[in-house]
Amino acid sequence: MSLENRSNAAVSRPAPPGKSVWRMSYRLEYDSSRARSPWWTPILSVVLALVLCAIFIAANGMSPITVYERMFRGAFGTAYGFTETMVKAIPLLLCGLGIAVAYRISVWNIGAEGQLTVGAMAATAVTIYCPGLSSFWSILLMLLLGIAAGALWGLMTAVPRTHFGVNELITSLMLNYVALLALDYVVFGPWKDPKGFNFPGSPMFTAAQSLPVLGSTRLHIGLVFGLVAVLIYFLMIRFTRWGYELKLMGANPAAARYAGIHIKRHIIIVMLISGGLAGVAGMAEVSGVTHKLMQGISPGYGYTAIIVAWLAKLNPLGLILTSVLFGGLIVGGYSVQTIGLPSSISEMLQGSILFFLIAGEMIHRFRIRRSV
Amino acid sequence: MLTTSVEMRGIVKKFGTVTASDQVDFSANAGEIHALLGENGAGKSTVMSMLSGVYRADEGEIFIHGKTAKIRSPKDAAVLGVGMVFQNFRLVQSLTAAENIVLGEKSSFWRGGGYIKRKYQEIEELAKRYGLAFPADRPIWQLSVGEQQRVEIVKTLYRGADIIILDEPTSVLTPGEAEQLFHTLRVMRQAGKTVIMTTHKLKEVMAATDRISIMRKGKMIATLATADTDELELARLMVGREVTIKRRERETAGGEALLTVKNLEVFADHGRKALDNLSLSVCKGEIVGVAGVAGNGQKELAEVLTGLRAWKKGGIIFDGNTVKLASVRGAIDAGISHVPENRMKSGLAGRLGSVDNLLFKSYRSTDHSTYGFLKTGKNRSWSQELVQRFDVKTPGLDTPVQQLSGGNQQKLLFAREVSHRPKLMVAVHPTQGLDVGATAGVHELLMELRGSGSGVLLISEDLDELLQLSDRILVMYGGAIIGEKTHEEADRETLGMLMAGVRSREGDAV
Repeated sequence: MSLENRSNAAVSRPAPPGKSVWRMSYRLEYDSSRARSPWWTPILSVVLALVLCAIFIAANGMSPITVYERMFRGAFGTAYGFTETMVKAIPLLLCGLGIAVAYRISVWNIGAEGQLTVGAMAATAVTIYCPGLSSFWSILLMLLLGIAAGALWGLMTAVPRTHFGVNELITSLMLNYVALLALDYVVFGPWKDPKGFNFPGSPMFTAAQSLPVLGSTRLHIGLVFGLVAVLIYFLMIRFTRWGYELKLMGANPAAARYAGIHIKRHIIIVMLISGGLAGVAGMAEVSGVTHKLMQGISPGYGYTAIIVAWLAKLNPLGLILTSVLFGGLIVGGYSVQTIGLPSSISEMLQGSILFFLIAGEMIHRFRIRRSV
Repeated sequence: MLTTSVEMRGIVKKFGTVTASDQVDFSANAGEIHALLGENGAGKSTVMSMLSGVYRADEGEIFIHGKTAKIRSPKDAAVLGVGMVFQNFRLVQSLTAAENIVLGEKSSFWRGGGYIKRKYQEIEELAKRYGLAFPADRPIWQLSVGEQQRVEIVKTLYRGADIIILDEPTSVLTPGEAEQLFHTLRVMRQAGKTVIMTTHKLKEVMAATDRISIMRKGKMIATLATADTDELELARLMVGREVTIKRRERETAGGEALLTVKNLEVFADHGRKALDNLSLSVCKGEIVGVAGVAGNGQKELAEVLTGLRAWKKGGIIFDGNTVKLASVRGAIDAGISHVPENRMKSGLAGRLGSVDNLLFKSYRSTDHSTYGFLKTGKNRSWSQELVQRFDVKTPGLDTPVQQLSGGNQQKLLFAREVSHRPKLMVAVHPTQGLDVGATAGVHELLMELRGSGSGVLLISEDLDELLQLSDRILVMYGGAIIGEKTHEEADRETLGMLMAGVRSREGDAV
């Protein structure tokens, strides 16, 4: 047949006798029905990220083992390192939890950074405008206002989505910049500390406006907020009607509508919760760690928390593990600076983990089959 | 006289633990229309997908025109002259019919102004030769389903296919359109092409084909010449047991009115008027069938009745109460059940297990939750009981329902919808995609509902089903009811005519 000679056909045609043509004896098959990746993909992703980064560390003339060991010891090896890790884990846990709630129903909130920032600003507003309150009242008010501000920021993403069909990815991301610029405005302008030698930043909080800490460490009571929130979330998801409704919406929105669930209302509620939790993180950060509002209050916790939530596969208990892991990565990154590596090694690891995680979500749907 | 164009020997294909095709031998000749007959899930589509390169066989050989063929991709199949028209069309909605047809053609890099004009001409000629009329210059989304199918057929012809496979081609067509399709197939046969169509409809097979291969549960059962067989024999071979096609005996229905719909006017998603001055009623203990070609407002009718869609004008009275506004919860609480058109799209959540899927409608009731908390243990045992009572075959209550077979999914859905004793059941294509056994089960359930005094609004495209079950059959056309026949006076011909929009007048036949 003349068709046999066409070039585009030759590739896949069986080799004519006598001529050996290289052929794949295995092939990939896409199986779209495998919607969920297995439980071990996050673990594998972390391992692969460590291997990948080891190559870069080795290329810098260092032993990866030494570097990783030092990072691990820096983050978990000493009491100081461990409490620092936990300090970093608190905002990651709170933001990650908020993100997980939203992602459960496929609302892609990437605005935790902004929600955290406005939460921090609202908490600071209490210290500026109601300076004389007792410890209990000021902390309570800071917490409530922090939640309210974060929730409002979430609402500003939710309502355009539910009522005008605006993609929440875009609004939530853009609102991050609005929040950060607003933060710049207040720390350079109205809330600038008059005794701060003209450095941008609010006045230092008083002891009454600061969260209680554990002993002489920086580990503050925000950890309890985080753990309580995780517990409540776990119970809600598992045992309540609301949790069931979220599960249904996440699994099949069309079916949820058909079951009489008010989708719009749920999106709004979930975004209020999501933003509120990030707001708590912001409040805990200013009141528990920095004790004043300043630029760069969050070194990207809101974004890192996306990886944290994803790595935990939105599982509440997994979130505790992954936020501690990422807290450790940040702290471990600082400790390798002493041996001459930039602390951005930890960002490289974070990025690689996300890379492998997302790749895993895709790759697990393929199967390798022997060709006939 | 006839030459064998396709031969498949010992074809095996496994999906996980399921053997979809078990040592299948199949052959078809040039210049014949060959039907591959079987129930849903018999493996017809799988075998044809291997011939067209969508799947690869695990074992077995394929010969095309007597030569061994290794078909590794649809491209390989196309080179060998094998083209397939899929059940779900593979067309780009925003491109015109002609653009879809030439899509992927690599013959020319530079396409001047004359190019597409020439192509239009070429395509129109080809279409005319095979009696396939469609507007080639309009985007696909504006075409009817029948027209889209014609575009698909022309696409395979345009690419030079001489072995043409049609997967369930009539499942989306009106009786008239199907007749037209068969005409096209006959022209193709004349031209010496091999036409293979998969189907589970006996009447079509008898009317339109030369030879019939019958598959059952992944195995090839028999190949017969159409002239030597009859529907009864085919049915027996197909299902492995005798199934009688006859109307169900019944006592006369005639309870009090349950649902009255008056002068309903409803707009569809894009502002198109979907229901136009539609009125109907359903009594207690009555099955009212709604016949009609898809897209004449059946979907919207079901959505309005189940609270998913608001209406513009008109009124709905259900069980003595005037329904004021569209509310899904309101409909559920009033006792309206709904078996939606596409069970995996909106009826079930495929990722979740049986318990969660059974709870859909009832999780708010005090039987299943208190103070916002689910009664987890009780819901589980309740689900177990339903799964047993409705004979849903599932490996476990937590197995994602997408792993169940279509029949078991539908049983699960019915279990949920029937479990809360509905006053009215709105069932849309309830047996679509089910095999004979599962279909019979669904019919039994609908008759049971009728027997227990519930009303059933059965929206279906399957006339046999409607004729079997309905006390009255309404025909929908253009968003209104244009005809009504009782159980006794309904027959396929008049219904088919009404479905095509031909209003029967006294003494004015056809």
